Parts: sequence; C-alpha cells; structure tokens
Amino acid sequence: MQSVYSLLCVKKHDGRILMSSPIRVLLAKVGLDGHDRGVKVVARTLRDAGMDVIYTGLHRTPDEVVNAAIQEDVDVLGISLLSGAHMTICPKIMALLEEKDASDTIVVVGGVVPDEDVNALKEMGVKELLLQDTPPNKIVETLQRLVDERGPR
Amino acid sequence: MPIPSGELVARLKKGDLRAASRLMSRAEAHDEATLASMGEIYKSAGRAHIVGLTGVPGSGKSTLVSKLVETIRNDGRRVGVIAIDPSSPFSGGSILGDRIRMTNLVMDEGVYIRSMATRGSTGGLARSALTAVDILDVAGFDIVIIETVGVGQDEVEIAQASHSTIVVSAPGLGDDVQAIKAGILEIADIHVVSKCDRPDSNRTITDLKTMLAMGINIAIKDQEGRPLWQVPVVGTSSERGEGIDTLIQTIDRHRDVHRSTQLGVERMRRIAEYRTFKTAEDLLRSRFFDSTNNRLNATVDRIAKRELDPFTASTELLSKVAF
Amino acid sequence: MSVLNKFSPGELQQQLELWEENEVSSFLKKQPERENDFFTLGGFPVKRTYTALDTQDTPLEDIGLPGQYPFTRGPYPTMYRSRNWTMRQIAGFGTGEDTNNRFKYLISQGQTGLSTDFDMPTLMGYDSDHPMSDGEVGREGVAIDTLADMEALFDEIDLEKISVSMTINPTAWILLAMYVALAKRRGYDLNKLSGTIQADILKEYMAQKEYIYPIAPSVRIVRDCITYCAEHMKRYNPINISGYHISEAGSSPLHEVAFTMANAITYVEEVQKTGMDVDSYAPRLAFFFVCQADFFEEVAKFRAVRRVWAKIMKERFGAKKPESMRLRFHTQTAAASLTKPQYKVNIMRTTLQALSAVLGGTQSLHTNGMDEAFAIPTEEAMKIALRTQQVIADETNVANVIDPLGGSYYVENLTSQYEQKIFELLDEVEEKGGTIKLIEEGWFQKHIADFAYETALRKQNGQKPVIGVNKYVEEDEKFDIETHPYDATTAERQINRLKEVRKTRDNKKVEQLLDQLLEVAKDETKNIMPITIELVDAGATMGDIVEKLRTLWGTYRENPVF
Repeated sequence: MQSVYSLLCVKKHDGRILMSSPIRVLLAKVGLDGHDRGVKVVARTLRDAGMDVIYTGLHRTPDEVVNAAIQEDVDVLGISLLSGAHMTICPKIMALLEEKDASDTIVVVGGVVPDEDVNALKEMGVKELLLQDTPPNKIVETLQRLVDERGPR
Repeated sequence: MPIPSGELVARLKKGDLRAASRLMSRAEAHDEATLASMGEIYKSAGRAHIVGLTGVPGSGKSTLVSKLVETIRNDGRRVGVIAIDPSSPFSGGSILGDRIRMTNLVMDEGVYIRSMATRGSTGGLARSALTAVDILDVAGFDIVIIETVGVGQDEVEIAQASHSTIVVSAPGLGDDVQAIKAGILEIADIHVVSKCDRPDSNRTITDLKTMLAMGINIAIKDQEGRPLWQVPVVGTSSERGEGIDTLIQTIDRHRDVHRSTQLGVERMRRIAEYRTFKTAEDLLRSRFFDSTNNRLNATVDRIAKRELDPFTASTELLSKVAF
Repeated sequence: MSVLNKFSPGELQQQLELWEENEVSSFLKKQPERENDFFTLGGFPVKRTYTALDTQDTPLEDIGLPGQYPFTRGPYPTMYRSRNWTMRQIAGFGTGEDTNNRFKYLISQGQTGLSTDFDMPTLMGYDSDHPMSDGEVGREGVAIDTLADMEALFDEIDLEKISVSMTINPTAWILLAMYVALAKRRGYDLNKLSGTIQADILKEYMAQKEYIYPIAPSVRIVRDCITYCAEHMKRYNPINISGYHISEAGSSPLHEVAFTMANAITYVEEVQKTGMDVDSYAPRLAFFFVCQADFFEEVAKFRAVRRVWAKIMKERFGAKKPESMRLRFHTQTAAASLTKPQYKVNIMRTTLQALSAVLGGTQSLHTNGMDEAFAIPTEEAMKIALRTQQVIADETNVANVIDPLGGSYYVENLTSQYEQKIFELLDEVEEKGGTIKLIEEGWFQKHIADFAYETALRKQNGQKPVIGVNKYVEEDEKFDIETHPYDATTAERQINRLKEVRKTRDNKKVEQLLDQLLEVAKDETKNIMPITIELVDAGATMGDIVEKLRTLWGTYRENPVF
C-alpha cells in the first residue's frame, strides 16, 4: 500500500513532481428523480481513481447545485438524470453557471437521455454524456481527459 | 488564461467569493508559485474567529454544525464552514458528504461551505484548511468553523489550529464517553453532548463533568489563581433546536476571553508555531519528492534488499533537495 | 422422514464419488469446465449437479403441498389451474384522460388487471404547478393533483369488476382516499373493491428514495392504511411490501427478500401495537418482487420467501388463519437487466424472467417493454410484453401443473439455503437493533451499494456477460426505435384543471378540514384516512395536504452511504 502522498504526486508539464491538485467533482441529483444507484457507483469509482467527490444528495434544485459547484470550485459538475427532465433542468444549470461567471466548469450528464436530445445538450455546453452502461473506467478516463484538455485555471 | 493569483487576492479583499473559491483551489494545489499570494492573504487575515469542531462519527457533528450556522445567521454574522473528510488510504480520493446536512443553507449569501479531504495529512486537518480559513477571513466572514473527522488520537491538530475547540459526544454510542476513548477529552475548550433529547444524555453529561474535574488542571490562571477559562459541558438537541443558543453564547464568551487575556496570546502563538512547522514540513516534503523522484524507486528497491539502510539513504537524498 | 427411502445416503454418496472419479474425471481431461467455480447471480456456489443427497436435510413437511402451510409450493391448492396469474402491465403518463385511454387499450388486448404509474410530482407530493414539478408533469406517469384527475383516470372503468394497483408510496394514503371518495360517489360497495396501493415506505428509505416525512410518522400512515382497509375494504390489499426496488437499487436476490421480510415484520409489529388481531388484517398484506435473470435462483427465492413468511406469521405473530400465513406476490421482470444496445434482445430476457416468475408461482405479473432503456413504454412494446405472458399461459402448458420444479434436487436445495440465509439475516437485524434503527444507520443501504458496485465492476471486466454491452457488441448500431413521446401540452392541461378545482371548491371548508387534519395527525392513536377522504372529496389538492403535514412533521433528509 503506497502512502497517500506518493499516490497523489504527479509529474507536471514542466517536469516537476508535485502533489497533484485533486480533480474535484460535484455529483448532483437534480429534481424529483430518486434513482441514485448509478451516481453512487460513479462516486465510488471516482474516489477509487483518486478524485475528490462532493455529493449534494437527492432532490436538489439547479440553483442549489450551481451555488455548491461554485463554492467548491469543482473541475467537473456531473448531473445525474433519469427522469426525462433534462431539457428543463440542464438549460437552467448552464444559464446559472454563465450568470455566475463559472462557465469554465466542465459539465457532464449521466443517466438516461434519449438520442435525439444529445446534440441539443452538447450545444448548450454539456461536454459529454456518460449514459447508462458506460463502464466505470471510461467515466474516469473521460473526466481526466476533459480536465487535461481544459488545462490550468 | 488563468487569472494571476495577485489579481484574485485583490478581488478577494473586496469580498469577491468567486475569487475566494478559486484561491482555495490554488492553495490545495500547493503550487509554490502561489505561495506569495498565500502569504499576503495570511497577513491580511486575523479578524475572523476560528472554531474547530470534532467528534467521533455518529456524534451528530454535521447536524450540529448546520444548526449552529443557521442560528448564528440570525444575528447577521457571516459564517464559513470548512468540512473535512478523510481521503482513502488506497486511492487518495474521497467522497465528501458533509454538505448534505447543510443544503438549506446553500442559498444564503452569508454562508460559505467548502469540503476538503485530508489527502495524506494525518492530524485530522486538511493541509490547506487553514489557508482556506484565511481566505474566508479576508473575504469578510466573521466566524469560520472547521469541522474535522475526529476518529482518534491523531485528531488533535484541530486544537492547535483553532481559537476555540469544541468536542462533540453523543449518548448511547458506548459505555464510556467517546471523547475519553478517542483521547480528545483534554483538547476541548467546550464540550458538547448532542442528541440531548435522548434519555441517557444526562448520564453522558455527568460522566463528562466528572472526567473534566478529575483531569490534571493545566489551565492558564489569572493573578488570583483562578483559571481564565473553565471548560463547560453544553447539552444540545439538534432535533428540538435546544442548547444551540447557549452554545453560541459560550463560544462568544470564549472568544472574548481569548481576545482579551493571556489565554488568547498563548493560543495565537501556539497556532503560529503550528502553522510554521506545518508549512515548512509541507514545503520540505514536496521539494523532497520533486528532487528525488527519479532516484527514489531504485533507492527503495536497494533498501528493501538491505543493500542500503534507510538512515544513510535519507541523509543522502536530503542533501540533494533543492532549496 | 426424508426423501431418501429406497437408497441409503451412504450408497448414494458412493455412487456420486465414483461418478466424479470416472465419468467426470475422464471427460474433464478432454474438455475442462468453463470456470473453476460456478455461482448463482446472488453469489451462491452451485455444484456440477444435485442429487437426493442435497435434499436430505429439508424436512418433507417444509416442502409440503400447494395451498398448505408453509406454502412453499404456492399459496393456493389449484393455482393457475383455476385462474392464471393476473396480467397487469403498468401504465401511466400525461393527464388522467391520457392514461385512461391506455387502460382501455390494454384491457382490449386481454390485460386482466390495471396498474397505475404516477408522475414524479404526484409520487413526491407536489402539485403540478409547484416549482419542483417543472418539466416533470405527466412525464414518467400520470399526474394526479385532485379527485377530478382520478375521475378522469377511471372514466368508464368499472372498479367493482377490475382490480386496480396503484404504484404510489409516500402519498399512497391520499391516492387511496381519492379512490375511496370516487367509489363512494359512484355508489360502489367498498367491500367489493379489489386492488392495492404499494405504500411500502420503509423500502423507500432503503432503496427507491421516494419519501417526504421522517420515518416514524410515515410508518404511522402505513399503519392507518392497513387498519382502515381491514375495517372498511375487505378485498383490498393496503400494502405491497416490496423487494423489487431493493433489487433494482442494486441488491443481491437474497438481500432483496430478506430486507423485504425485515420491513414486513416492522409493519406487522406496528399494527400489533394497536391491538388489532393479526388474522383480521394479515391476509391482505401483499408483496412485490423482481424476477431477475438467474432462472432457477429466482424460483428458489420465491419458494423460500413463501416458506419464511409462513413460519414468521405462525411462530412469531401467532397467526391462526392459513390466509394470514400465505404470501401472495406481484412480480415485475428486472428492468435493470435490460439494455439499450440491441434492445430487441430485451424481449428474450423478459420472456425468460417471466417464465421464471410463473414457475415461481407469482399471483400477478408485469413484463417490461423492450424499450425500457429508452423511455416509458409504447403501446407496441406493451403489447409484445403482454403477448409474452399470453404465450406462456396459453401455449406452453406450464400453468397446468402446480410448482413443477418442486422436488428438483437443485431447486429444493437452493430453496432451503435461501430460507436459512434469510432467517440468519433477520436475526442479525434483530440483534443490531431492528429495521428502523438500521435504516437510520444506513446498514441496508450499504449492502445495496456494495452489491451494486461489485456488479458494475463485474460488468466492466466481463465477468458478468451482458449481450450487446460487453459481449457480442455491435459498434455501429443505429437505433431506429420509436419511443413514447412526451406531450408538451400536458403540464398546461393539467394545471388548468388544477386551477379550476381550486377556484370552484369551497376554500373555507378545505381550510377547516386541513386544520382538522393537523389535529388528527398530532394524535398518533387516530386514523388519518377518514379526514383525508373528506379533504379530497372537498377538492383539496395533494399539495395542500402534504404541505400542511410538512409543517408538523418536517422533511426527511437522508445520510447517504456509498
């Protein structure tokens, strides 16, 4: 078992080895949908990949989630939706992030979203959709890639 | 392009919470490039009262913090909460769930909640917790509560880092008062027994008072030989909303004593000492890893085979650390 | 008396060992087995084959006969030979009228019982015009705010002739009140009404997470539904104690049934406190389980839980009537096992699960649509699902013999193992302080989350094959499926009716009744049903009732475990 310290060190772009900044992810269940099996599996997966995961619990509103995302200065905001209400909830969240000057937050959506809505969500700024049956390791890789691509902030 | 830290600090001083949020992340990232800014923040801080809160899991800490914050808000003071949870020793990651108990406070502009993981730190405090406190201080928060994990004798750092330390116990979690078991009895400025709606809570309060009376009296005394501060036991019930006002009054009383007497002077010195050592230790550790990394694996292999001993090896490695 | 009459166990054991040494051994040299060890989906190790030796520890009277204690082989002596299981496909979307049309369609296609799904606002106690309801009105189920909506829902449907199941939990008592108020308006005899509300609030805290109030008042509401129906609605099942959701949240089959039993015990204990005789209400306690993918395990699971319940009712609660001891259940095939890729394969999955449920002796069955992973089902998907049941019922003859798998060495052995493990878990729950305490501590939730996580990892590494997802994957699959569309006018139509009701009702009366509701709620010995029936009859909305009680009881906030 490695020491936590050495687990958390990474090589920076300039070659230095430093304690990594943790990737901070907020996982949100928004609206009335109570299905949390998936979001909990994702939380464990991300933790096991060395990330810091903040879970805000069930039945939250877009306002509450965005405020939390900003206070926690998360790299990624992951919204889990299985209720079909994504076309109501996601625009609200994207608008709030813009309004509060936090559009550099990477937004991803998980759960169940019909194919015909995927493009619309991407157009409004959702970076990736990680829907049902996405293997846990793919979720980790995707988030790491998205944070890497974004670069330092 | 990332906004330079200096610019963020300027915004922070004007109360910009977005800047506060970003600065906390940079503090956690531990990048030496931001040290100067962290130093400036430190020097500008000093107004806020820092309350450390610890207790074993199941003691009702989080709910208590949530009730405390709600009640403090009633008199208009701005409250920050740094909620610390342990990082997984296997992966270094964490699940931070303390916010959930405080969701009704998210929309209040006068409340700021930040979750942090310990990330290898063993004293119960996250490495950058105190910098985060400074940041909230400069942003204009009146009280900052640090809520730590509190599972054992390691968790005493909180006492070295805060102005007022609260230890929370709950009735019914075992035969003895958990504070004793956890070795954190002595660090408290204020003991709280939560869940006082339970019938066995009186016994817990009595036990605590007895233990405290029996403890070695190392309290700082005034000229007449009386302790400047007598550690009280406050009973609370988050469910019924009882005892919270008393607790806040007690915290305020302690703050007054802290600010007006020798108690505070000694405490502040202890905190400064703690921060100096901690910061230096962190700096040393990170530079050590940076300077030795390409050699470390090979060295460790040799030590494992007993070709080399750890004492010689570390002296040699340390000599290579760039300063 | 054991199954072994003619042979001695010793002789059989020898025979088995010789077989392993000879036939098996030589065959393995040519063709090794696929795995070193085999397990059921629930993690029970399984042998190469089973013999009479594997049933020698099961007392013959534990196997018994259908319709006789301990009901392992079925709750009724003639089962499907008298009447098939109820084909009960769930339906619900849009407004009352929209769902009413679907009901009529399904009845015309041969469905024999109705099952209603409600939208999220209705499930969670919000009126359709509440901010939390935005985007969710009539989407995942039918929107019900007032009695007027109920009237539209059951328009032209004779409730005395067809049984109606309502999948509703924290607000179940309100829906029941509406059902009763509607029945009274139509002049039905309440004792002729047959149907059920799910109303199992404990599994919500554990698994499905549809809850409003804290645990204690919520359990009291369930108790009130049970006692009210025992006195006024003799044919009605006031609760469906459910394992389905526990399984869907990720639990193993064993935990599904064991946790359901733990909840059932808690409810019975709660009603016992009122002094009501157990035999006067227990016969109407009903259950709801999943039928998952491991074909024989599920059959064993059903048989085991029947035996367990019978023993609990007799030995622990002193029930005297056989009707109090026989467990009757509705089954739904496992939605969690269905996939989006190659979705038509879902039809085969559902067929096998349905067969498993029938062989397990279910009283009522919902088969999922192939479009489960996309949206709520289309008419076409439901028709195929219904036909699946009809093929089993009419073309396979499995319904002509009761418990045909009874006596199978494997199934009897696994049944007994399940029984044993269920009782062990129930003892553990008892020792640790009881169901409610453990819910608060997250004990059940942790087990569920752990199995869910393990399952995700096993799917990821291929240990758990899922065709289309990690096996026989089609990279360039194009989806040409038609899914059920959401009618964008739903919210407006629904809210219009809501506003109309609010305008035309006697608001003063509703206010008064709401105050009375609070008084009744404060007195734990009073039954909340009568006042609620009055309220809905006077035009109170669900939101009116829920919010009023929230001022007294507050909102439940969970402590999530991972």
